[in-house]
Amino acid sequence: MIQNLFSGISLGSILILISLGLSIIYGLAGIINMAHGEFLMIGAYTTYCVESLFTNTLHVHNGNLFFLVSLPVSFVIAGIAGLLLERLVIRRLYAKPLESLLATWGISLILIQLARTIFGDLTSVKMPPMLSGGWQVASDLVLPYSRLFIIGLTTVTVGLLYACLFKTRLGVQIRAVTQNRQMSACLGINTRRVDAMTFFIGSGLAGLAGCAMTLIGNVVPDMGQTYIVDSFLVVVSGGVGKLVGTIFAGLGIGLISKVLEAFFEAVYGKVLILLLMMIFLQFKPRGLFPDKGRIAED
Amino acid sequence: MRVNPRVATNILFLLLFAVALPVGNLLGFVSINTVSVWGRYFCFAIAAMGIDLIWGYTGIMSMCQAFFFCLGGYAMGMHLLLKTTALQGKLLPDFMTWNSFTALPAFWKPFQHFLPALLLSLLVPAVVAGIIGYFIFRSRIKGVYMAIITQAFALGMYLLFLRNETRLGGTNGLTDFRTLLGFDLSASSTKLGLYWVSLGLLCLLYLGCSKLVQSKFGKVLQAIRDSEFRVGYTAYRVLNYKLAIFIIAALLCGLAGMLYTPQTGIITPGRMDVTASVEMLMWVALGGRGKLRGAIIGALLVNCLYSLTTSLFPQGWLFILGFLYVLTVLYFDKGFLGLFEKLGKKMRLS
Amino acid sequence: MIFKNIFGVAAIGAALMLGACNNGSEKTAAGGGGADTNTVKIGVLHSLSGTMAISEVSLKDAVQMAVDEINASGGVLGKQIEPVIVDPASNWDLFAEKSKELLIDKKVSAVFGCWTSVSRKSVLPVFEQNNGLLFYPVQYEGEESSKNIVYSGAVPNQQLIPAADYLMSPEGGGYKRFYLLGTDYVFPRTANKILKAYLLSKGIPAENIIEEYTPFHHQDYQTIVSKIKKFAVGGKSCVLSTINGDSNIPFYKEFANQGLTAVTCPIMAFSVAEDELRAMDTEFLVGHLAAWNYYQSIDLPENKKFVAAFKAYCVKKNLPGGDKRVTDDPICWAYTDVYLWANAAKKAGSFDVAKVREALLGLSFDSPAGEVKMDPKINHLAKYAMIGEIKPDGQFNVIWKSKGLIDPQPFFSLTDSVKVK
Repeated sequence: MIQNLFSGISLGSILILISLGLSIIYGLAGIINMAHGEFLMIGAYTTYCVESLFTNTLHVHNGNLFFLVSLPVSFVIAGIAGLLLERLVIRRLYAKPLESLLATWGISLILIQLARTIFGDLTSVKMPPMLSGGWQVASDLVLPYSRLFIIGLTTVTVGLLYACLFKTRLGVQIRAVTQNRQMSACLGINTRRVDAMTFFIGSGLAGLAGCAMTLIGNVVPDMGQTYIVDSFLVVVSGGVGKLVGTIFAGLGIGLISKVLEAFFEAVYGKVLILLLMMIFLQFKPRGLFPDKGRIAED
Repeated sequence: MRVNPRVATNILFLLLFAVALPVGNLLGFVSINTVSVWGRYFCFAIAAMGIDLIWGYTGIMSMCQAFFFCLGGYAMGMHLLLKTTALQGKLLPDFMTWNSFTALPAFWKPFQHFLPALLLSLLVPAVVAGIIGYFIFRSRIKGVYMAIITQAFALGMYLLFLRNETRLGGTNGLTDFRTLLGFDLSASSTKLGLYWVSLGLLCLLYLGCSKLVQSKFGKVLQAIRDSEFRVGYTAYRVLNYKLAIFIIAALLCGLAGMLYTPQTGIITPGRMDVTASVEMLMWVALGGRGKLRGAIIGALLVNCLYSLTTSLFPQGWLFILGFLYVLTVLYFDKGFLGLFEKLGKKMRLS
Repeated sequence: MIFKNIFGVAAIGAALMLGACNNGSEKTAAGGGGADTNTVKIGVLHSLSGTMAISEVSLKDAVQMAVDEINASGGVLGKQIEPVIVDPASNWDLFAEKSKELLIDKKVSAVFGCWTSVSRKSVLPVFEQNNGLLFYPVQYEGEESSKNIVYSGAVPNQQLIPAADYLMSPEGGGYKRFYLLGTDYVFPRTANKILKAYLLSKGIPAENIIEEYTPFHHQDYQTIVSKIKKFAVGGKSCVLSTINGDSNIPFYKEFANQGLTAVTCPIMAFSVAEDELRAMDTEFLVGHLAAWNYYQSIDLPENKKFVAAFKAYCVKKNLPGGDKRVTDDPICWAYTDVYLWANAAKKAGSFDVAKVREALLGLSFDSPAGEVKMDPKINHLAKYAMIGEIKPDGQFNVIWKSKGLIDPQPFFSLTDSVKVK
């Protein structure tokens, strides 16, 4: 029972970490970024590169060090990649969500093939020793450290994001542009710059998630595709652009998935969750925490 | 002599596919395999027209059209497989025997004859589309939300079809088709016949859809695309129109799937996953959405390119395709058709 | 005038496109297998992109290497082999289309290809209708034996049954509880059906056998591993895993993270080979087992030569991975297939499919896995079964080998026990 609860929270934390960036970008720019999963992959491959750098070039064999270093590095690299994408492609697609869906899909194809060409299809990342094994809570209950770490990372990230959005000047600008782009521009906010910064942060978050994913998953060129549909569902059911919504939706979906999986088989659990989402969206078509007011339409 | 460009393209198209290709096959220049491949492309073109109707003309982005395509495909596949089973004198299709099923499941029984199979391959996608569409449009879900819901739906259905318990062949799908209405599917004449049927239906449906979009019905659809909000204030019930066109698009996709299966020889769940749906949307986007000819050109062009590049540049085709998508969306948002028109204007001015 | 009109340009473009699409079909009806008098064409039908590329690209390389070797020593029947490589891109419909292209348009004498059962099923009717010959090097679920396919991969009684026997035996650990875990598609389903029936027939009680499936690309194995943990409490338990592809890594990681080891509950994998291990952090995997008919670490001169040649080939052709590339079961059979075909053609004195098939029956060959022999009646290969234990460097320690060649039985029945020569 507790195992299921823990599994649900763990899955939820992963979904939240992945979906945070997506939610912010969509809330601000009205862009559905189907290449978000690929930024995840960029973060994971960055971790791999940092690891090879440390082991092969620098000959530092402390397994823990490379991981700690790769956390911020993944954030930055993925963020830069996002910035590039924004400059080259997304600039022209603001507030055209359907076109952005297709264009970013094309980008994701390119990125996947690029990764395949550069890295080949098989790469592995070593687990940092401090995070392997688990916390023996009871005789048949082991909570793996890696998952505890991810939950912790998610909490810290959400906290930092809140601080950024609600306590800093940039955060105020981001929230303003999200709510009403034209008014914000009238008030003198440089919307272009805000867009770029938001994209940087959103993609960086995906990269961070990718780094965390190396702890529990594998690093293959199409690893982004696995989580993309789930993170879209989290964003959509949480209410687009709302952090609170993303958190609740992520946790909710994570817990419900695990409970369903415990009672039914894994496959049926997945199908049921998708069905539940569809039904949920019937009743709350704009998600758990929708935007209110006239701005919300069209 | 100023030739009306529309008529010119139509004549060109017919010349190429109704005359050049079959004659080439007769004379031995063109292999029957190529003819068959184009027949399959025409099926894709029919499906693309359906997608253009809902996306280009009504502004509904649905990511589960591949599922409707597969419903039609599976219906025909079931019929063809049962015919093969009867031919071999067996009681059950092979995959059922291996899965220890002892009797033909009830929902397979109607497919033993051609006419019910034909009707069902059209009816089932229409009914499913009707139900899904009703619930989605009733809640006024649109735009991105619709895309994501239909994506989730397609994924869920894909997972279900992969199961053996669903009794539809699981991951292997349905294969081993020998005869259709008594004609041997491996014979060149049958392949040619199917090609003609696909081409004929494409032309017929194109005419039909053109009439549709030029009619009042079509005008309302375009109004919905341009501003659904305002149409809601008039006497037109948006829900009915959206539902109607959604069902029509599903019908077209189901029909396309039905024709596709005998020409390919296999139908698997792989044809309905999320990637397949996005690809279908890309055909329409590349060709030029909002114009039926654009959808057809897009479907034919992209698939031809796909076949060519996988033979010529196996390592690079994903790059080519990806770049093509991105460039199209960014610069040619009217697709290839838009590009042609721009060039045409330039050439006429110079 | 026609050039000024944009549609004239489009017309010419379309005609060119049409011509190009007509991928080199023969102008005359009389073609024959290999239009050129000095070469014989073979087709290579492996996915070079898409989800299956991870596995199938190595097979293409192995076939290419075998072709180069045979050509260097004079070719077959005085002709050089010319491989026609196409990319069906992990798209099952494209497999059917490309196989038609190879057989009908390019008129190849044999095709080497496919990996997944879906791809094989999708091309099977094409090969049967056009009298082609497909060499299929991957383990599969059996229940098939077409005249037009040569199956060099293992059937269940050459891989699954020996593994189950080994685990139940005292030498293997005397396991009594089995958790059958697989990805949800035809191979694991059939494999588990066979395994379950076999285990029951050997006296394992039904409550000691659990069967479970996960979807493709499943990443989160927390619930399942905790179920396995509960199951393993009784001791003498093991996992028989037919998990496929990228789901293996999260599974093994979660397994280790929750405290299960190869000592408390070993995993016997049927779809994890040296190539998959390259992508995994082997420290979790040491001690776990796999069942195949070939390992890179087999100590035979034929194998040492093969492994060295493959690594050198990868370096020479600048393939990703260079000399860190490994050989595994399907790679070995993809390579062996080309030699089987060449030797059969030499024996038959012709490339005609019926004659080659006739010459294949009963043919034996010194493959890198040791001696193998084609069955005298059906197009399957008899070979040794071996159990390997994972070492920290990603290779296998061969800890058990069957006493003799195991005859292939694609249509498994409990009444036939494993036949050993």
